[in-house]
This record gives sequence, C-alpha cells and structure tokens, in this order.
Amino acid sequence: MLVLEHAEKSFGAVHALEDGDIALFAGEVHGLVGENGAGKSTLVKILAGVHRPDAGRLVLDGEEAIFDNAKQSQAAGIAIIFQEPILFPDLSVAENIFVGMQPLKRFRRIDGRRMRREAAAVFEQLGVRLDLDRPARGLSIADQQLVEIAKALTTNARVIVMDEPTAALTTTEVERLFGIVETLRATGKAVLFVSHRLEEIFAICQRVTVMRDGRHVLTKATDELTVPSVIRAMVGRDMEALFPKVPAEPGQVVLKVERLTREGVFTDVSFEVRSGEVVALAGLVGAGRTELARAIFGIDRWDAGSVEVDGRRLRPGSPTAAMAAGIGLVPEDRRQQGLVMDFSIERNIALASLDSVQRGGLIPRGAERSFARDWALRLQLKYGKLTNPVWTLSGGNQQKAVLAKWLARKPTLLIVDEPTRGIDVGTKAEVHRLLSELAAQGVAVLMISSELPEVLGMADRIVVLFEGSVTREFARAEATEDAIMHAATGIVEEAA
Amino acid sequence: MTTLAEDTRVVEQRGHSHAFAEWMFRFRELGIVLALVIVVGATTIDNHLFLSSTSVQQLLSGAAIIALLSIGETIVIVTRNVDLSIGSVLGLSAYASGVLYVHHPHVPLVLVFLLALGIGATCGLVNGLIVTVARVPSLVVTLGTLYIIRGIDGAWAGGNQVNASMLPETFNKIGYGTVAGVPYLGIIAIVAVAIATYAMRTFRTARDFYAIGSDPAAARLAGIPVGARVFLAFVLSGSIAGIAGAFWLSYFGSVDAIAGVGYEFQVIAAVVVGGVAIFGGSGSVLGAALGAVLLNTIYSALVVVNVSSFWSQALAGALLVGAIAFDRLIALRVAPALRTRRRARG
Repeated sequence: MLVLEHAEKSFGAVHALEDGDIALFAGEVHGLVGENGAGKSTLVKILAGVHRPDAGRLVLDGEEAIFDNAKQSQAAGIAIIFQEPILFPDLSVAENIFVGMQPLKRFRRIDGRRMRREAAAVFEQLGVRLDLDRPARGLSIADQQLVEIAKALTTNARVIVMDEPTAALTTTEVERLFGIVETLRATGKAVLFVSHRLEEIFAICQRVTVMRDGRHVLTKATDELTVPSVIRAMVGRDMEALFPKVPAEPGQVVLKVERLTREGVFTDVSFEVRSGEVVALAGLVGAGRTELARAIFGIDRWDAGSVEVDGRRLRPGSPTAAMAAGIGLVPEDRRQQGLVMDFSIERNIALASLDSVQRGGLIPRGAERSFARDWALRLQLKYGKLTNPVWTLSGGNQQKAVLAKWLARKPTLLIVDEPTRGIDVGTKAEVHRLLSELAAQGVAVLMISSELPEVLGMADRIVVLFEGSVTREFARAEATEDAIMHAATGIVEEAA
Repeated sequence: MTTLAEDTRVVEQRGHSHAFAEWMFRFRELGIVLALVIVVGATTIDNHLFLSSTSVQQLLSGAAIIALLSIGETIVIVTRNVDLSIGSVLGLSAYASGVLYVHHPHVPLVLVFLLALGIGATCGLVNGLIVTVARVPSLVVTLGTLYIIRGIDGAWAGGNQVNASMLPETFNKIGYGTVAGVPYLGIIAIVAVAIATYAMRTFRTARDFYAIGSDPAAARLAGIPVGARVFLAFVLSGSIAGIAGAFWLSYFGSVDAIAGVGYEFQVIAAVVVGGVAIFGGSGSVLGAALGAVLLNTIYSALVVVNVSSFWSQALAGALLVGAIAFDRLIALRVAPALRTRRRARG
C-alpha cells in the first residue's frame, strides 16, 4: 500500500537517514525498531511530509508520491500520531478533531450538531468515551492521542503512523491503545508502530523492520524473530572509533545518589561516582536520564532520597548550591541551555566564573578576555575572534565552549549530557580525550550518552536506566552492547 | 460499553468541588452579568436616581462605541495579537467624516460611512501587512501606527474643530435618537455584537482565529493559512474602528485632533475584563461587549456615589488586574477538574 524505498536525508553534515526502506500493507501492524539515532523519527517525518527526502522514492498505491508539507501527506491518507500530540488547548475535543475541515451547512456555516455526532460515532467505534465539549487543555497524553486517532479516522486515513505512542502511557493506557490498534488493523488500515519496547512490538505487530545507523537492516514476520535476534540486529556493528581512555585510579566517592525519586520521572535511583571515574548513564530516550541530571544539579526538585557531594548533603532544588558544591552541568541542548548564543565567545566562557574574574563588583574586559583566551587555548577551541558571538562557532566548538565554561570553575564533578551529539567525528574524539584527561586529573565525570560505543569506550562503570529505574549496573569489563541494550529495554532476566 | 447519554448523567451526578470553577470557566459571560447586577444594585441603593431612564440611555450609548471597538479588538486578541492603533484610527476617521460634511453638507449618509470604513480598512490593511509579511510583533507595529495615524490626524486637523452645527441633523440624530427609549447607538451595538458573536461561533474562518491563538505552530501544521487569517483580523479590526469613528462623531457632535485618544486601552481593558484571554485562543465578542458595559457602568456609578474621577481610573485598573488574576485562578482550579474528569468516569 505504502512503500518507501532507499530514502536518504541529511541535516548539514549529519546523515540522519542513508537507506530508509519500509513497506506497509493494509490490515497489518508493522513494527519499526532501532536504537536512538537509527533514523526512525526521520523516516516518520518523511512520511508525514515534514521533511523531504534528498533521494529515494515514496510509492502510494502504486503511484509515486511527493509531499511538500504535512497537509499533502494528510490529504493522501497518511495520519501521524506523535508521541506528544499537538492539540489546540483552548478548543473543544470535537473542534480539535475537525479543525480546518468542519462539516458545513448552508451559507458555509459550521454544522456543530453533525460535528459532534460524527465525533461521537468515531469514539464509539474506538470503544472509548471522551467528553466532546471539554477543552483539550488538561487531557492526558493518552487521551490526546485518542483525539489524534479520532482525527485520523474522520479524515479516512488509510495509513496510520504511531511514533513511540506508548512512551508516556501507563500500563492500562497501553492496553487500551493496543485494543484500538487492533481495531484499526481489523478495519483494513495499515499501521506503522514505532517503539523501542520490544515486548510491545512482539505483542501487536505482524512484521518488524529493524534500522541501524540510518539504514534498513532487516524486515521479517514477527514469528520468525526472537527478542535476542532483534537486539542483535539493532546493535550489531563494529566499534567504529577508538576511545582514548586514560586509565585512572578511582579515588574517594564524590557523588552519592541515594534512593532518589521524582514522582513519575525516576524512582529509587542509587549510584556513586568516584573521583577519577567516568560513570555513564545509559538508557533510551525518555528513560529519565536527563531529568536525573537536572535534579542532581538542582534545576528540578526531587520528592524523596538524597544527593551527597563529598559527603555533604546537597540542598534540593538549588543550582547555586550545586555549583558551590563543585558540580558542573553541560546540558544536552547547548543552543538553548548551555550558551547565550548572542554573547561573545569570551563572555560565554567567563559566564560561570565571574566570581573569580570580577574586581570589586566590576568585570574588567581585559581580565575576562585573558581568562577566556587561556581556556580557549587549553581546549584548542577554533575561533575567529573571541569577541565574535558564540553562534559563529561550529557545533563541536560550541560544545567545547560550554566545556570551557564549566572547566574554568574547576569542578569536582562534571555532568555531561550527550556531549557529542551532532558534532563531527574529529571534534568528537577531542571531546572524548578531554573527558578522559579530566578524569585522570581526579574529576568525577557523570556522562549521559545514547551512543553505545561511546558508553563502552569511555565509561569505567555503566548505570542503565529504564523508565526511571536503574535496571543494571555494569563494570567496564562486563559490559557489552547486547547486555546494555537488554537492560535498557527492560528485559532484565535475559541479560547475559 | 455505555452509551453517551448514560455518560452525561454520570457527569451531572458527580457534584464535584470543581464544578463551580468549571461552570465559571464555560459561562464567563454570566459572571460579568452578575457583576453588572451587583454594581447597578449597590449604586441604586445609594442613589435611587441611578436607574432612571435617561441614565440608562446614557449608560448604553456611552458603552456602545467601546463595545463596537471591542468586537474588532476581540478578533485580533483571539489570534494572539493586539491592535493598539484603534483609538487613532477612530480619531482619523471621525475627523475625516466631519471634514467631508463641512465641504459637502449634502453628501448622503452612506457615503460618509463608506469613507469611514475605507479609512479604517486601509489602516487595518497596513497593520496586517506589516505583522504578517514583515513578521514584526503586532504590539510594536500597532504602537507605531498608533502614533503615525495620530500624527497624520494632528497635522491635518491642526487646531481646527468640526462642530455639531456644521453637521446635518440626520447625522446628529444617530448619536442622540432613540427608539422606544433605546438609543440608536445602543441598538446598533447590540445588533453588531449579536452578529459577531454568532459569526465567531459558526464560521471556519472564525474558528481558525481561535486555533491560531491557541497554538500558532499547531495551526500551521493543521493547514490553516495563519498569515491570511491574522491579516484578515487586522483588516476587520481597522474597519470596525473606522466605522466607529463616524458613530463617535455623531455621538459627540464635534471633533478635533485628539478624538479617541486612549481608547485602545479602554477597549483592551473591556475585552480582558470580558474574559478574552490576553494570549489568545479563547473568549467571546459577547463577553468583551459586556465587559465594555460593565466598565462604563462602574465609571458612571462612581460618579453617582461621588468618587473622584482619579479614583475611578485606579479602580478600573484594579478591575483589569483582578479580571486577569481571576482568569488565571479559574484556569488553575479547572485544570485538575479537567484532568480528573476522565478518571471519575472510568
């Protein structure tokens, strides 16, 4: 019914999708799995008409289709249910379903009665009840997805793509969704179900496609596959880069996280990081790793448990206290959280260290500059002028600038969240070398990474999170990609 | 599976503590009517002449022009924009209408209103173009045009004034005439508000305004022509302000360069007090018009009970802040109610 062949898509230098292949059939639920960054989302966005593929073709009912925007994809009968649906919070449920295509009566007036009747009929078909007149504001994610599914049905969509729909759902909500997916399949829709929870894939999909590094790996009927074989297909690759790991003797405990809980985000998380050690937090997107880091750094509060730095309890919810205790955080999103993009390079680097630069409450430019130049040199930052705005730097050098900003504070614990996302291979290796050297100098490093080779290559110990809980902790020697992937998908029993 | 009819019953039986908040949320207009009744009641007890017929007439015609302007302003604010230029547009169109009569005393009524409409539409067009094509925030654009249009008005009028004596009687009568005790202006405003309220509920274009204000990015994804709709909202607001200028002239009988100065803030106050969310997405024209009546009544009531006009301004400001705070409070109270709703129904 819908076939995507050899699709390619690059964003700048990053090849998000190199060979995307998928074929969907009416009355079939097709599972799409792959690691973070395997290209699943890019493929979905191509189907949605959000991205145009650079190469490859999309065939719908035997005819080649080209989508320039989301509207065209919708008109062709493709509906996408995103992980977090986009609804109009102020409009009613019924209006959200029909926005832009409300049934009309004479004089182009909206036929409100028919709109409500049709909406009610669709919900009846789905076997769920929702108040049609209430505003969408405050609907749970699961109910918002229902509204999107109802929308798909009223537009007579034939292909329904669900992009990780279960990531934010509770168990009962997932069961209800499965019932609905089954209903959709039975009525002859083609469903593409993107998920990283393998047990879900095996529960509802007839066929599975595995992707890795932007490429199609295999497509097979579900009953020809087993969980271990799918995991092998997901991770099976060569260690592509060598990691300059400097061995360091772990010292005393710097960070001690005990039974830390933030309701609905992470539960009962305990681990330690010693000085001179690199500890990796592994897990899939949405497992609660970034949230955990934010809580440790005091951006978010926690509900229970404690965090100790150098044996002293950390005040919850205070980044100032965390910084005073010697924690530095290099956030995931450097553009929005790590740097002030319009500030100059020197001001960004000195930003977290103004206490040591200032003279009687004033910040002498010369002091700021020499301070920044010193750190830029140490990190081999490639820049034009230190007074240029920081957005003139390349992605990798921006990341170095964030690192410089925190290293300048001489932290005892550095938390880095996805330190090498979206930067080129060369700079990547430099960042890795830098982190390794830091650890060798006795800094405790907590690294969040979704890239397994990076985790395996860099970490002395690996803590794996799945849905907010620690499923396993590995020492460097006992960790393998397969074992981490098992733990990260919640399949603990089978872990080697 | 239970049917929908049974379901509704479950909701009614719920008797939730959030029920009142939710009710206020859905029927915001009734809250304003309630406030209006309280203000009028309290003032009448203090001074029984407050409700005498001429006073009610004055209340109605006084609020009529603000109510008219609030229709256009509501449309713009619902799209998450704002039109600050309406006071200046009103002033320019009022002066232009007056000058037209001075030079052509026998010009037909229709032509005067067409001129007023044209001036307003042109101003709205300029606002809309700058906001949608150049993508400048509407707050900045209309703050600019507020001064530009007022400047043009001032340069043109200079120190001149058009008086009621220079205007034909048929025109002046629109301002003071009544039908069965109800002033013309009041009737015109009521009819306009009724039509606009209905239209804002029943046309796709109007619902698009709400969708855009509710979530501009989602509106774009849903295929709504966001730019064209926002543009239209500004043209409508400008046109209404233009026509309101002609009515303004007929009501006050004289016009100079400062006609309608500061009206934009009175109107925005009325719109917000009337329950239109300042960040767009929700609120009704009816609510905004009732807000205009309420504010105008409060001003008059304060005069009747001998409160200085300085205090009445402070009170209007307090009411504005209070209305917004009240909205936030209701929204916060409703949010958990909306969340538990599903669970309560199983």
